[in-house]
Amino acid sequence: MSASADELMDYDEVLDRFDPVMGLEVHVELNTATKMFCGCPTTFGAEPNTQVCPVCLGLPGSMPVVNGKAVESAIRIGLALNCEIAQWCRFARKNYFYPDMPKDYQISQYDEPIAFNGHLDVDVEGETFRIDIERAHMEEDTGKSLHVGGSTGRIQGAEYSLLDYNRCGVPLIEIVTKPIVGAGAKAPQVARAYVAHLRELLRALGVSDVRMEQGSLRCDANVSLMAKDATEFGTRTETKNVNSLRSVENALAFEMRRQAMVLAGGGRVKQETRHWNESQGNTSPGRSKETAEDYRYFPEPDLVPVAPATAWVEELRATLPEPPAQRMRRLAEQWQLGELELQAVISAGALDLIDATVTAGASPQAARKWWTGELLRRANEAGVDLADLGISPAQVAAVQGLVEAGTVNDKLARQVIEGVLAGEGEPAEVVESRGLAVVSDEGELSAAVDAAIAANPDVAAKIREGKVQAAGALIGSVMKAMRGQADAARVRELVLAKLAQS
Amino acid sequence: MSQADLNARIITATAAELGRAIAAGTWTSVQVTTAFLAQIDAVDDRVNAFVSVDREGALAAARRVDERIAAGERLGPLAGVPIAVKDLLCYQELPTTAGSRMLENWTPPYNSTVVQRLLDAGLVILGKTNLDEFAMGSSTETSAFGASHNPWDLDRIPGGSGGGSSAALAAHEAPLAIGTDTGGSIRQPASVTGTVGVKPTYGGVSRYGIIAMASSLDQCGPCARTVEDAALLHEVIAGHDPMDATSIDQPVPAVAEASRAGDVRGMRIGVVRELGGEGYAPGVEQRFDEAVELLRAQGAEVVEVSCPHFDQSLSTYYLIMPAEMSSNLARYDAMRYGLRVGDDGQNSAEQVMRLSRGAGFGSEAKRRIIIGTYALSAGYYDAYYGSAQKMRTLITRDFDAAFAQCDVLVSPSTPTTAFKLGERIDDPLAMYKADLCTIPSNLAGNASASFPCGTAPEDGLPVGFQVMAPPMADDRLYRVGAALERALATRGTSTVIPQLPGSLAEPSQEA
Repeated sequence: MSASADELMDYDEVLDRFDPVMGLEVHVELNTATKMFCGCPTTFGAEPNTQVCPVCLGLPGSMPVVNGKAVESAIRIGLALNCEIAQWCRFARKNYFYPDMPKDYQISQYDEPIAFNGHLDVDVEGETFRIDIERAHMEEDTGKSLHVGGSTGRIQGAEYSLLDYNRCGVPLIEIVTKPIVGAGAKAPQVARAYVAHLRELLRALGVSDVRMEQGSLRCDANVSLMAKDATEFGTRTETKNVNSLRSVENALAFEMRRQAMVLAGGGRVKQETRHWNESQGNTSPGRSKETAEDYRYFPEPDLVPVAPATAWVEELRATLPEPPAQRMRRLAEQWQLGELELQAVISAGALDLIDATVTAGASPQAARKWWTGELLRRANEAGVDLADLGISPAQVAAVQGLVEAGTVNDKLARQVIEGVLAGEGEPAEVVESRGLAVVSDEGELSAAVDAAIAANPDVAAKIREGKVQAAGALIGSVMKAMRGQADAARVRELVLAKLAQS
Repeated sequence: MSQADLNARIITATAAELGRAIAAGTWTSVQVTTAFLAQIDAVDDRVNAFVSVDREGALAAARRVDERIAAGERLGPLAGVPIAVKDLLCYQELPTTAGSRMLENWTPPYNSTVVQRLLDAGLVILGKTNLDEFAMGSSTETSAFGASHNPWDLDRIPGGSGGGSSAALAAHEAPLAIGTDTGGSIRQPASVTGTVGVKPTYGGVSRYGIIAMASSLDQCGPCARTVEDAALLHEVIAGHDPMDATSIDQPVPAVAEASRAGDVRGMRIGVVRELGGEGYAPGVEQRFDEAVELLRAQGAEVVEVSCPHFDQSLSTYYLIMPAEMSSNLARYDAMRYGLRVGDDGQNSAEQVMRLSRGAGFGSEAKRRIIIGTYALSAGYYDAYYGSAQKMRTLITRDFDAAFAQCDVLVSPSTPTTAFKLGERIDDPLAMYKADLCTIPSNLAGNASASFPCGTAPEDGLPVGFQVMAPPMADDRLYRVGAALERALATRGTSTVIPQLPGSLAEPSQEA
């Protein structure tokens, strides 16, 4: 049963009566070339079961070998989150049966994570919150199940299930926060900002594609409410399927309002996993956790302990990027962005793209205008991330260069972008091949102006009489005749000159 | 020479001799392979050492070796020599069953590292040998494909889990075999069949492609009829493998050289006080004591050492092994390969898993899955798996202290000679005690071997002499084993040709 809107407590009332306590578990798929424990490629979207081998299929006799690059990424993530790095740690087996996990155990880490005790500072509306990090540990991803038939898309009630093991064994880092208290009304925003900052940090580290919609960044959002006079945390729920920044915020706000209603009605919150339904904007119950599953963790005997040398860890520390909150503040200042504009840039995942476009020569204003305007619109239409749209920051800077040089006007620039996205080459090549350059042949332009004057004698007469604002109609006519490929300012000059008004 | 005489000479020759004869062109690998296949035909209906025999594959491999030798290629010392492989090692050309219904028809799509090294060295794989289900047992009686029989007395067990390999050697069905040893599965079968079995240092031989029972204990090793043969095979299969993260990246100890030297002068040999006395058959103790005296006579210094925690080995082992095994056997869930039961379109995936595991695993596997699952469960972990790990550390320290005083430790390999088939199958504790002496080296990961030391006076059955050496000092096993082998030969007790009616090992008188 999912709660409908009238079973929810008003948000302000929730905050009057309760304090929210959150916990966020983020799974990050690393972008290593090969899997965590074997040499299979990790390319997203390949034909099902084409990126598999005896190891990631868990065939009898096969054995895992740790991907050194994944350990390096894990340590860099840990360091960037201000964690301590374990001098010695082990992998552990998490035992449970599920068809998408071929060994029927997941190689993970249990009580000896590679990184622990860190924090990440996040900015929300000018206020800085420190999110304490409990741990970051290494593990392998599972395969993907597609349950066919049945109404829910889950394994219960399905007619049959299809399994794709390509994702099986892809390296994952699970980052777990300590309980986040004291965020009050801003709790959902803080959670969203945490995930957004984390995404920027991981992107800057270059360790993951961090695409929430492809599942390379996944968030499980835990929340509980404690009454204002309480001393202990309440019972929490864990919400899964939170696949965008917006969902993080909305799902948590929904759960707070739902739990508040349950508690206000004298009920008890059931400890369970809930499923965020993006289209309906609500959560529904999933697996009950009343009887906690016993994973029977024990140290993975097929692997030796990981003991990173201190010197190596220090070497990696030297490669860390600027902390995301600090970087955002610096760029906002440099680019003269207000808080809302900055949030729009971050939500669009455009910070790095704009930064790179500026580096490639565009002005911050122009770079931001393209990425959060025309390009974001096209990305949304195509249902892809900005970074995957198919145009590079250098190309965007080149388009802007063409505009500033007067080679194309703003409208033509959009056609240039269309050409680049269609794979027609660099912006200059698109201008050439599509014949998009503004016509600068004075003879042709002059003839077009003459034709327009001849065709619109009334308008021409008005202009001659000094009604300069009437020139717009003639300019429009010329631009139409030139199919837009004229510099409107030059056309205006010509019209006025020919009608003796300049 | 008649065909019968030729076959008899071939199947009683050592692997080293066969390798030399094939390299010299005296015999071809095809002749040698044919002789062993004939012996299999003659006796395996009663011995049941093999789960599968790859007649055509073996002969084709033998022909290839013969062609290479004819073309003047110089190959390794065992090129062209046949070998039997325990049916726990993945080999693309034959099903790999692990002795279980669960994998009855499963042929792996890849070769284990050890099998690949055998093929690369030109060995000829005759077939796969029988074992207790998933290597769990000391008698081969838990195999889904029937027990193997001890060639010395067909009513008796050939040991386990590697009883197929030991029986094949004792019955001269193969000159060499591969075994795996988690708690004694190479050494106890060697002991009760009068053959040589070596469990190398943990990490000395790659486990990649060997179906796991208990990952922190499993180790693959050579089985043979002579010390030198075992050493030659050891050198073929050992050495670092990047596919096995627990494999040791160090040079292989010079075991073949040690097996030829066989010199124990000045060696300090420690007799483990805890591995003897009550529960040990008199004939076993007598032959063991005589063997110790033979080594002393060869110039070794013999001392008694105490390893006080060895008494806890069996209980420690029976927590750690089932815990790891319960996890390792989880993957047999009918989803991707192996037996599938109840897939009628009505049952859920979970129900099919349950039905398949219920039907596919034998009772010993189920017993250990239940024990292991319990030992790892929340609330019990510390009391069982956790304390077992602590005891494991104490046992390892006992070894460290003993090896500080001695170069090797010795004991009987198993407390009794071969017991009767069926005698212990309904008494798991009695069965487990067969591994009393061998388990400590699995827990500590050091090198250990069983060598023949004669037959017990009371039943005429073989007795095994266990030698234990520090990690990566596997060569010491071979020095002691070779010295013992020579001393026994001098006494005329080295024969390992059991009485087996119809065996080609003894040529007909008329021939």
